[in-house]
Amino acid sequence: MSIRDRLYGPAIIAILFCYNLSQATQQVQVPRPPFSEGIFPCSNCHAALELNAKRRQLKDEHTHIVLEHAEKNRWCLDCHNPSDRDKLRLANGELVEFAQSYRLCGQCHGPTFRDWKAGVHGKRTGSWDGNKKYFLCVHCHNPHSPRIKPISPFPAPVPPESKPFLIGGPIP
Amino acid sequence: MNDSTRSEISRREFLSSSAGTVLAGFSLSTLFAGCSKEDIEAFLQKHFTELSGEDLQKVLRRLEKENEKKFGKGGSIDTSPAMKNVLFGYGLDISRCIGCRRCVHACVKENNQGREPAIHWIRVIEFPKEAGIDFAEANPYYCPSAGKESNLNSAQKEILSDPLSQYPLYREDKKNNTDAQCKVPRPEHFYVPIGCQQCKNPPCVKACPTKATWSEPDGIVVIDYNWCIGCRYCMAACPYGARHFNWAEPKLEPADFNPSMHYLGNRPRSRGVVEKCTFCIQRTRKGLYPVCVEICPVGARKFGNLLDPESEIRYLIENKRVLILKNELATHPKFFYFYSM
Repeated sequence: MSIRDRLYGPAIIAILFCYNLSQATQQVQVPRPPFSEGIFPCSNCHAALELNAKRRQLKDEHTHIVLEHAEKNRWCLDCHNPSDRDKLRLANGELVEFAQSYRLCGQCHGPTFRDWKAGVHGKRTGSWDGNKKYFLCVHCHNPHSPRIKPISPFPAPVPPESKPFLIGGPIP
Repeated sequence: MNDSTRSEISRREFLSSSAGTVLAGFSLSTLFAGCSKEDIEAFLQKHFTELSGEDLQKVLRRLEKENEKKFGKGGSIDTSPAMKNVLFGYGLDISRCIGCRRCVHACVKENNQGREPAIHWIRVIEFPKEAGIDFAEANPYYCPSAGKESNLNSAQKEILSDPLSQYPLYREDKKNNTDAQCKVPRPEHFYVPIGCQQCKNPPCVKACPTKATWSEPDGIVVIDYNWCIGCRYCMAACPYGARHFNWAEPKLEPADFNPSMHYLGNRPRSRGVVEKCTFCIQRTRKGLYPVCVEICPVGARKFGNLLDPESEIRYLIENKRVLILKNELATHPKFFYFYSM
């Protein structure tokens, strides 16, 4: 399965925004949430598991997750819904799909959420005067450790002094 | 034969031959002797703004034929005019840009820039945070170990052909680990990508002696590459270093050729002409985002219609701290740097 299939897959999710912003009537698409391969639906495993809300070192599964996101005040089930693991849970108890995880993030990050809805925080692709594809917060920010990590840059330009034809040498 | 006779003969020869040339000059066919039909047509081609109807179609067919010869496919050269009530503006979030240079290479790929000698329309400049935007401290050559100019590795090529493949961003480095030593953003540095600022009052246009470059009604400063004489006055006039000269015949492999073109944008250039960013005119006039907006992994690049009060570009100008490069020169750029945090 290619990466594009994994991201968009059969499950392109079209969401109609209900905010009183200009996008209210515009159809907004988000790519599929970037799940690790084979991890969703969560209920595949969790339906059979006993609930354990205790803060602990995870040993059998999810061992790569390092919580660096207000970790002193938070543990898994503050965001993940305990009864139906395929959903997230807002502070008011409302359940939301993973494709709407921006609502969960927006509970604390209000100004950033506002900018995201206006298209100024985060990324949109598509048409400047038409339908756009939004990216979820979790496409760029690891929800468990949201600070952007340094990445490798693409090739650098070369200074003119190493281009002989720019300083009187033969033109290639 | 002594010296004086020899000089006598050569002078006579010279006079008769030059008279011949003058006579021959009256007939165009003799003047262009040895030139191909295409060369003659290119030489006699009118300025783009004076071309219309059949003449324009003829020019496009000729250019497509040239492409066919060079790249094996003619592609399609669009000439669509500016949309009504549209003035393009660009926003770049300096507080988000991480200096990864993906925009630079996505631009090269989209706009058929020559790969050798390499031309980059976007230059990402690194500044130390303590210096601020001080061009004395500018460094566009940071992380040279990441590769040189057009030499992309396969992971990088994959990212350019499928921008979605870079997500989620925090799993990126398994794929594109070119250089573990130099990762961006480097600590205590920030990055300012600079391309054409699409000025409302463009010094380059004023400097052009042949009117080969002008402002379109949607605010894009364009060049007719067939009218440019390569004098480079515009490059001297531009305070942003946004214009680039084709010192040699640009090398573009057929596999790299982008066949979706605009006459004033990304059609292949030849040696001896100047080129620059056109806000991806071949995309934006069809309603699409420029390719640098599409590739930017952190969403630092914003684009839209300045005349639309609901557009994201208007939102950021009205709500964020905005910076204009070299504001004191009164070039009135339509490229707005901003800080979102």
